[in-house]
This record gives sequence, C-alpha cells and structure tokens, in this order.
Amino acid sequence: MFAYVVRRVLATIPVMAVVALFVFSLLYIAPGDPAAVIAGDQATPQDVERIRESLGLDRPYLVRFSAWVWDILRGDLGVSIFTNLPVSTMIAQRIEPTLSLMIVTLILAISIAVPMGVVAAWKQGTLIDRAVMAFAVLGFSVPVFVVGYLLAYYFALEWDLLPVQGYTPFSEGFWPWLENLILPAIALGSVYIALIARITRATMLEVLQQDYIRTARAKGVGQRAILFLHALKNAAVPIVTVIGIGIALLIGGAVVTESVFAIPGLGRLTVDAILRRDYPVIQGVVLLFSFVYVLVNLAIDLLYTLFDPRIRY
Amino acid sequence: MIERRAFLGAAAGLVAAPRVVGAQGAQARTLRFVPQANLASLDPIWSTAVVVRNHGLMVYDTLYGLGSDFRPRPQMAAGHEITDDGKRWTVTLREGLRFHDGEPVRAEDCVASIRRWAKRDVLGQRLDALLDEIRALDDRRFEMRLKKPWPGLAFAFGKPSANMCAIMPARIAATDPFTQLTDSTGSGPFRFRRDLFRPGDLAVYERFDGYQPRQEAADFLAGGKQVHFDRVEWRVMPDPSTASAALQNNEADWWETPHADLLPLLRRNRDIVVDLINTAGNLGVLRFNFLNPPFDNVAVRRALLPAVDQQAFMNAAMGTDPSLFRVPAGAFTPGTPLANDAGLEVLSGPRDVEAARRALRESGYRNERVVMLSATDLPVLQSLAEVAADLLRRVGFNVDLQAMDWGTHIQRRNNRGPVDQGGWSVFCTTWEGLDVSVPGSHQPIRGHGAQAWAGWPTIPRLEELREAWFEAPDLDAEKRIAAEMQRVVWQEVPFIPLGQVLPSMAYRRSITGVVKGGPALFWGVRRA
Repeated sequence: MFAYVVRRVLATIPVMAVVALFVFSLLYIAPGDPAAVIAGDQATPQDVERIRESLGLDRPYLVRFSAWVWDILRGDLGVSIFTNLPVSTMIAQRIEPTLSLMIVTLILAISIAVPMGVVAAWKQGTLIDRAVMAFAVLGFSVPVFVVGYLLAYYFALEWDLLPVQGYTPFSEGFWPWLENLILPAIALGSVYIALIARITRATMLEVLQQDYIRTARAKGVGQRAILFLHALKNAAVPIVTVIGIGIALLIGGAVVTESVFAIPGLGRLTVDAILRRDYPVIQGVVLLFSFVYVLVNLAIDLLYTLFDPRIRY
Repeated sequence: MIERRAFLGAAAGLVAAPRVVGAQGAQARTLRFVPQANLASLDPIWSTAVVVRNHGLMVYDTLYGLGSDFRPRPQMAAGHEITDDGKRWTVTLREGLRFHDGEPVRAEDCVASIRRWAKRDVLGQRLDALLDEIRALDDRRFEMRLKKPWPGLAFAFGKPSANMCAIMPARIAATDPFTQLTDSTGSGPFRFRRDLFRPGDLAVYERFDGYQPRQEAADFLAGGKQVHFDRVEWRVMPDPSTASAALQNNEADWWETPHADLLPLLRRNRDIVVDLINTAGNLGVLRFNFLNPPFDNVAVRRALLPAVDQQAFMNAAMGTDPSLFRVPAGAFTPGTPLANDAGLEVLSGPRDVEAARRALRESGYRNERVVMLSATDLPVLQSLAEVAADLLRRVGFNVDLQAMDWGTHIQRRNNRGPVDQGGWSVFCTTWEGLDVSVPGSHQPIRGHGAQAWAGWPTIPRLEELREAWFEAPDLDAEKRIAAEMQRVVWQEVPFIPLGQVLPSMAYRRSITGVVKGGPALFWGVRRA
C-alpha cells in the first residue's frame, strides 16, 4: 500500500508538468494583453509597450516558460501583474473561504443525498421515490445562480434569517462563519445532492437484489441494518467515485457561487484574473486546482480499499 | 424590535455576544462601500482605471482641486504666483501638511511627484514638453519655468481624471512611472491599510488624523475635506444583484454603480436613497478607425450623422428613465463649462435614415466589411454596440459585430491592421465626463495621427485648436475654441457622441452629506 501511495504521488509530477505546459501555452495564445488593460483607454501604443517590457511580457515564449517553471521548482508561483502581491499570498488569502464552502457543501450534500438515495431505493416506485427523483431532476436543471438568488431573496431579504453575502473567517467564531456559508452551500450543493442521490438510489437498487441481502432478510436482520450496514457498504464504491468526480463539479460551481454570494474565494480570484489576463495568478490557481484534483482521486482510490476488502494495491 | 437574524445568531452562539456588542460601535464609525469595480492596482499613475483613481483621491492629496463648477482651486497649495509673462509659476504649499508616515510634505516631494506624473498623464506630458525647469525653492515653495505660458496648469494639477497628479513622498515618487508603486503613503485624508488589503474583496482606509483640511466647506475636490468616519471599507461585490440585496439588507451603506434596471427596486425601499452624484457622468462615443476602409473616407463617416439617434442609444444603455441620461450631447460633456450647441442640430434635428442611406451611396462605400468590436462583459458598452450595429446595417453597411470580453477588446483596439488581419472598423465606449469636458484631456477629439487614441485620426485643425485652448486667457476664449472644435468634429467626424450617461448611486438613508460632482468621495459624508 505504502509503495502504491508513493508511486501515485510521484505520478502527479508528470501530470502537473503537462498541466503546467498546457495552461501556459493556452494563456500565451489566448487573446488579450494585460499591459493594454493596465494602460487603459488613454494609453498610446508606446505606453503599452513600455508596460509590456517592464512586466517582461515582450520576452519569447520559451524564455518566459522556462523562467516560470524554474520559479515553480523553487516554490515561487510568481507575482500578480496587477496587485504586485505574490500569487502564493493571494491564494493563501482566498483558500479558507473556498475550503470552508466546499467542506460545508460536502457535509451538507452527503448527509442529505445518501439517506435520500437509500430511502428512495428502499421505497422504490412509491411517492417518496418519485419525490426524490423529482428533486434530483430539479437539482440538475436549475442553475446554481438561480438557486442562489432565490435563497438570498427569501432567507435574507424577506425573512431576515441569514446574511446575503460575504464571508467571516472561522477564527471569528463558529456561528458567524457558518451563517455566511449556509445559503451558498445549499445553492452549490443542490446539483451535488441530486447527483449523489441518484447514484445512491441506482446502486442501492442493484445491491438490494443481491442474494446476500435476501439471506440477511431471511435471517431476520432488521431493515435499517440491511440498508445501512449490508447494502450501503456494498454500494459505497460507485458512490464514493461520484463524490470524488463531483469535487470538480464543486470547483466549477464555486466560481459562480462565490460571485453570487460575494465570497472572496479562489473561484472569484480565478475569474478576476482571467478577465484582467493576470497570467501568474491564473497559472497558479489552475495548478493548485489540478493538484487538488489529483490528490482527491488518490484519496478516492485509497478509500476503495476501506469499503471493498477485495481491492488491494 | 429584535431582528430575526440577530436572534438566531445570538441563540446559535452566545459566546460571540461580547464581540457582537463591541462591533456595533465600530460598525457605526465604519462606512461600508461597494465600489464600481475590483480594486486590483494601487498606483494612480501606473493605472488609468477609474477605481484606482478613486482610491487615489482618498489616499493622495492634490495641489489643486476642482470645485463643483469644475474650475480649479488651491488644495495643498496655499496659492501661486505667475510671473515672467506667464512663464514662471511659483507655488506655495499650505503649512502643516504631512504624509501618512508623519513626515512633512515638502516642495521637493511635489517636484518629484509632478515629474513622475508628467511621464504618464496626457496633460502631464504637455507640461513635461513645456518645462524648462522645475525645482524646489525651499520646503514650502517650488518653481516651474515654462517655455511658454500655460494658464490652465492649475486645472491640470487638479483634474481628477486619470492620471491624477497625486502628491507622494519623493522617495516613492522616484519609482519608474511604468512600474507600480509598492508603498501607498500619501498625504490624503485617508490612510490605506495595505496589510488588510485583499484584492477582489476588501480594501480598508482609516482616517488620517494628521490630515489638515482647509478651513472652508467642501466643494467637490476642493475645500475642506472633513472626514467623519474612522474607517471606510470597500467591499467588492461583482454581482449587481448581490450588491443590491446587501444594500437593502443593511450589509452595505453605499453602492457606487447600481445597474439601471435595479434602480426602481431600490427606489421603492424607504431606507435607500437613489441619487445622481456624478453630475458629469460619462459620454457615449462611437469611434471610427481612420486607417482602414471604409471609415478612412470622411464622406462615409459623415453619412451616419443624420441617422444617429442618441435617444435610442441611451434607452438601450440606461433604460427609458430620462433622469439617467442627457441628450442631445455634443462633443463636450453636457453641463460642463465648455459644452455648447455649435452645429449640434446634426444630431438633435429630425433623424433621417433614408438621408443617411443616400449619403452612404454617394460616399463611395464599396460594401467593405465593417468590424464592430463589442465588449460583452460591460453591459452599457454592449448595449451601445448592438444599437450601433443595427443602425449601421439599416444605413447599408456590411456589419460584422464581434463579441468579446473587455480584456480582448482593449487589445484588439490597438491593432492598426486591416480587418482581415485582426483589425477593426468601429467600436462604442464611454468616457468619463470630466475627461471629455475640456480639450486638454479629451482624447477622442484629438487629431494627431499615429499618436492619437485608438482610431488614429489625423486632423491638424483640431490639434491647432487644442493648442489654442491651452493658451486661452479666460473662460470666454475657451468657450469660443470649444465651439469651433465641435464644428470641426461634425465636419471630420473623429467620433460621434451618443449621449451622456448619468449613472446614479444608491446609499442608505442614514448616510448624509454625500459630496456631489463626480466619483464617490468620502469627506463630508457622515452617518445621521
């Protein structure tokens, strides 16, 4: 197992190298010029050129790429073209809100979706099952920002239960931290809940047809134990896989959710950087997201062994 | 009455109660402001972004400031003396001026600041070209010797439009003007907290206790800049609906740029005031590329004039509420001293698309592809571009409307090549009203060819008149020159004004004393 983990961690290096090459090249050929954005409307071409030179944007592709890679190897993600702040500082400023949002969303989604899927499978064909499936369709169909606006309108403006926007660091208290995250987590989690609930239901339906479930019933095992101990554990592998894949969904959704709820997270940082063509920030954040995604996949692979003892690495 | 959220919060975390109570007093002394855009850069000389200029107006003071009549008045300067037939300016600083680091403001700081500004700003560059010498005479006086008189120099020092002449310590002003500053020490009424700065989220300003306001009433950018808040927080909210909800929910005090379609909602709220603060607003502009067909042909440019309906452009950009725009608009910002109606009937008379079609047929237009750039992430510009594209098509142009984000738009505009090599023919934008209120900083009206703003018109007469404006002895002379420039605009058509956009601001009714005239200013304002 240990050797496997080491191999997988080492395998992230070529993956990250490909990501780095891809991201850098894509930005290089993409239209837009940060120097023109900085110089603004009134600038002469000479001004734009001077700014481009001062930022090193006039250097050839290979020179810029190798300088960037060299910096990364030394643990330096570069400096934002616009804010003059180190990219690592900007990421550090923004990582807590995004992590908080994703953790709360994950907890919320799993704790709602898995029981929903289990119950829907158990009560297959009943009103409960149809209601769960209808909710799942709704969750898939309604865009995150629509859910966000509706939640903000009712829970914040109409009923004054929760704040509309913003983020309070965890260090300032649990409730101030949580109250800013409830609505965004529900908005972001709606698709995720739908996805996990559907997969849980489908997998559970399959497992519930297995002989060992029939045997458990014949032995007089209670319904709850059958569902949550025997069936759910055996259905866990595809569910965990979907949860892992869904992390990418969460990262994408966080961009919209953070904008709608004015949460200063990595999603907004990415969008702002893209709109301004702040190359070092875009590159840094994409590398980080890729790294996180690779690690999540590794964690999911390792979790398989927990749920299915037949799986060995 | 206890608010439900407060009750819930208290119930959920009683331990937090002392912090909440303590925060209420601090909150009353904090102004929560939602700026028009994300503040990313902090150097008003390096960046021309309006939001950076607004930041600059808080942190840096200026030698002169414009009053609400848009005329310059001494600000940091106690006054000046003009000698040697207008070619020698001696400026004396007020006593007691200090930078945020506690050091006194000296004449040598002003000299260094002016030198840096003069490399970047359009009026600064003129000063740079005219300067024989600039030097500090002592700690409070500096002298400028010019090659020829420039009566409007105080205006140049006091204009708020990018780039403002921000006064900073000489050690900081020594930074290359094409390199961003890393130190935000100024002498303005607010001190910027770099340590709390989170770009894209939060910018914090604290009242500078060492600031010496003039002992007179505030008058736009001039007069006594009295600060009544301990702290001003800029909270960036990229989504207009969120900003609107935050204002309604008392999570923000002041929103700088509410969208026109959200204004009716905000007006219905008794706790919110919707008001026109920036009376100069912005001037919509249709800009042509003079380097390539078809708009290298003056007859083609002129052909459009009878068909341009400013009302239609403004309705698309701002809606039908007439308080949100002003038409007709000439070449200079309506409502400012140089606005005039010389030849304005070309835009204010009855609109006639058929006449425009006829004129286009007679102009020699050969159905060349007209590439119109449209920035889709800026709603006002997108609306203007869509109306313009439709208008051009109705007149008979072969229009290729190309949608892109602002970052791409501003890069494409610098491409001087033909349209099949990534070039462009025409685009719409808006200019800060204060920028285009006088010939000196009015870029669309310039005609100096390759050096000019995107479009690169060569119109020597406009350059002559601009030069004459710099030397105009009084306002009457300036007005005569502006009228003549406007007539030349209708003849040569370097751009077509599309109307004056008057964006409102929205703030909680508890906020009073908001200073009118231009951007959001944070002196004079207080919580009732």
